[in-house]
Amino acid sequence: MEETISFTLNGKKTVLKTDPSQTLIWVLRNELGLTGTKWGCGTGFCGACTVLIDDEPSRSCQMPVSDIAGKKVVTIEGLEKNGKLHPVQQAFVDHDALQCGFCTPGMVLTTVGFLKKNPSPTRQEIIEALDENLCRCTAHVRIIDAVTDAAKAMKGGK
Amino acid sequence: MKKTEEKTTGQSEVKKANGMKRRSFVKLLGGGVLIFFKPWNAVDLLAMPQQQRRSLTKDYNAFLHIAADGTVACYTGKIEMGQGIITGLAMMMADELNVPFEKVKMVMGDTELCPYDAGTWGSQSTQTFGPAMRAAAAEAKAVLLEMASARLGVPVSGLEVKDGVISDTSDPKKSVTYADLVQGRKIEKYLDVKPAPEDYTKFTCVGKPRNRVDAYEKVTGRAKYTGDLKIPGMVFARILRPPSHGAKLASVDISAAEKIQGIQVVRDGDFIAVTAENKDKVDEAIVKIKAEYTFNELPVNDKTVYDWMVKADSRASVVREGGNLEAGKSRSEKVFESEYHDPYVAHAPIEPHTALAHLEDGKMNVWASTQSPFGLQDAIVNELKMTRETVRVRTPFLGGGFGGKAAYQQGVEAAKLAKLTGKPVMLVWTRDEEFFYDTFHTANVIKVRSGVDKSGMITFWDYHVWFAGTRGAEIIYEVPDFKTTSYSENRSAFQVHPFGTGPWRAPNNNSNTFAREVQIDIMASAAGIDPLEFRLKNLKDEKMIACLKSVADKFGYVPAKTPSRRGIGIACGHDAGTWIAEIAQVEVDAGTGKVRVLRVACSQDMGLCVNPEGALIQMEGCISMALGYTFSEEVHFEGGNILDRGFDTYQIPRMSWLPKIDCVILDRKDKPPKGGGEPSIIAVGAAVANAIHDATGARLYRTPMTPDRVLEALKR
Repeated sequence: MEETISFTLNGKKTVLKTDPSQTLIWVLRNELGLTGTKWGCGTGFCGACTVLIDDEPSRSCQMPVSDIAGKKVVTIEGLEKNGKLHPVQQAFVDHDALQCGFCTPGMVLTTVGFLKKNPSPTRQEIIEALDENLCRCTAHVRIIDAVTDAAKAMKGGK
Repeated sequence: MKKTEEKTTGQSEVKKANGMKRRSFVKLLGGGVLIFFKPWNAVDLLAMPQQQRRSLTKDYNAFLHIAADGTVACYTGKIEMGQGIITGLAMMMADELNVPFEKVKMVMGDTELCPYDAGTWGSQSTQTFGPAMRAAAAEAKAVLLEMASARLGVPVSGLEVKDGVISDTSDPKKSVTYADLVQGRKIEKYLDVKPAPEDYTKFTCVGKPRNRVDAYEKVTGRAKYTGDLKIPGMVFARILRPPSHGAKLASVDISAAEKIQGIQVVRDGDFIAVTAENKDKVDEAIVKIKAEYTFNELPVNDKTVYDWMVKADSRASVVREGGNLEAGKSRSEKVFESEYHDPYVAHAPIEPHTALAHLEDGKMNVWASTQSPFGLQDAIVNELKMTRETVRVRTPFLGGGFGGKAAYQQGVEAAKLAKLTGKPVMLVWTRDEEFFYDTFHTANVIKVRSGVDKSGMITFWDYHVWFAGTRGAEIIYEVPDFKTTSYSENRSAFQVHPFGTGPWRAPNNNSNTFAREVQIDIMASAAGIDPLEFRLKNLKDEKMIACLKSVADKFGYVPAKTPSRRGIGIACGHDAGTWIAEIAQVEVDAGTGKVRVLRVACSQDMGLCVNPEGALIQMEGCISMALGYTFSEEVHFEGGNILDRGFDTYQIPRMSWLPKIDCVILDRKDKPPKGGGEPSIIAVGAAVANAIHDATGARLYRTPMTPDRVLEALKR
């Protein structure tokens, strides 16, 4: 049974006619072509599928698409503005804070959501914020450094 | 010996050289300079799974192409899975050909565009492939210089190259670009020379840290992994899986699944799958299939497996032997006998095995996350009775491999489904399937008997290793009387593993280094000698000594007899031609048994370090990843049933586990480059076990060192 769902996707009003029981991740990837959101475990443990819903990092593999009606969804594709990387993305590039890159979109979006709430985090707070996002290549040291730098850069931009 | 042939434009037939067939990829490229080369040596062949070996001796396995637009491309069957060769190899090419780094392109893992390569593993890409590729680049440059000499009327000795422009040293205005030179020409050369070590003083790119070239694509979500591809008419698939390895399908009822709108049930004997355009629908349908199985399982589980393996009918072989063990034993002041256990460990890449397959006009096109695109191609050819010409495999970016994607079952399954359905089929393994069909690091048992004399010299070393092969199994210390015996699977007589096993980052070296380095620590402690001093005393290997001294320096190590209650442990070893030494410092909670690693320092001698940034990332990654096999990673099973099938029970390292990491690279610019993707993972387990002993006096003989096992050791 198809339903019409309206929401904001990466800053644009979006109206979608789709099966509302589908999980958000497959609608994003398969119907909207936003494949930057990665499917890693399907059980909410790894965090590769993280997107922002009303600024809150959320696991898109655990959410029926009907849940996003009326909400603001940001995926990794929505961070770059006018060809300029978001400071968090830029910090990940500068620090080589990735290897295979499969966890990276989830890491970046979790960080963006976290820094909105806590713009001046301690190292310990960064670790806690990202502890539920798994990275098997173990780029952890660099991710923490990247987030630290991104926080500084974003404050500087204000 | 060097064979050269030159072809001019317009000729379609090229003479066969060395039995090499004219291949489609050459036709696709059009003009330019092509240099074919052979990066193989005996080491590669040994590292390769038997069934994946093709005849290599007569063939050229890679080539370099300078195109009419001046782009330099290296075509190789190797793949990028995060290890960074897409950057490191391009740096080596840029230097040798004197072109800007940005002009170099790596074309990887496409069975139609790239020449054969067995697979990407064993830290071979930089150390074996790299120098051969560089020799080909040197040859290409020589060809271009000759062409420029003719064009400009200047002898080669009077020419220089900078940024892809060849100019007259005495009159720089007299110049020609690579692009101009190759315009409208087709030159092919077949290179049989052995690469000579390069003059490092001339490097401009190699040796300087460079960030990953794929970072931008990866932080923006633009990087394409297999699962991100889409073909019109594509369906997703799920395959009916048995509950355990060895289970056989007895009866099945697909009626409920068939009733779901949009679902197609596909069946070929026991191979049953559901497909639909909607991914959620296939997930819904697969669980509606009712199936019953008969079980015929091996009577073994994760607790009994160690006895099971020692009792197995295995093949014993002496790896190395010298002196006389009994004579050594009689000279001993103290004799030590230990048994070490190590469990099955999963690869658990965040990207599960994924494949997309499409059969169109008799041609099977497959995209797959695999470390061996050519291995997959052969497997599909065999399974579906096709020819190599009709099967093309491409590998987009891999979301991690670690050895686990040397296996490519999912690619064969997707191809089979594409044939059965006539549609493009996307198969993304679930996390459950990823654990179930993983080719685990094999569990193993190591028994060591050794001794020391009054002066603290090791007298003898009798080492027996079951199912952890030989990598890292040789004694690295100076011991007069020694023997290493390795017991391996004898499939015709006895099936040991109830499920798949295969290479896991630095295959088995973690296990062998753990046993050796803990045993060394036991002897040092009993002899009342500081563990660093004990090692240095018993070593003659200069690289090992240099690594130990430099890591001690980096760490700020102060000698002490153990247990010193400081929680500091040392271990060292070598892997993939690279020498490493590590020092770890831990904190042990005696109430809970929980261990926290505070610091790890590592020193590494990898010969010439091509990309110090890339090498450092690999070292940090190895050390962090090692915390998994050290503290938590163990696959629990009962017969063929894998009990850990998700990240809920199978814990991999997290941010909060991270120690402070200090790395030193002993850059040996005058030595050939060696492997960097694996070595520094091997000694972390032993360094931590030795640190736990130093902190508490408790000795652990197995990984992972879970809180329960630490508590148990504390009670002993």
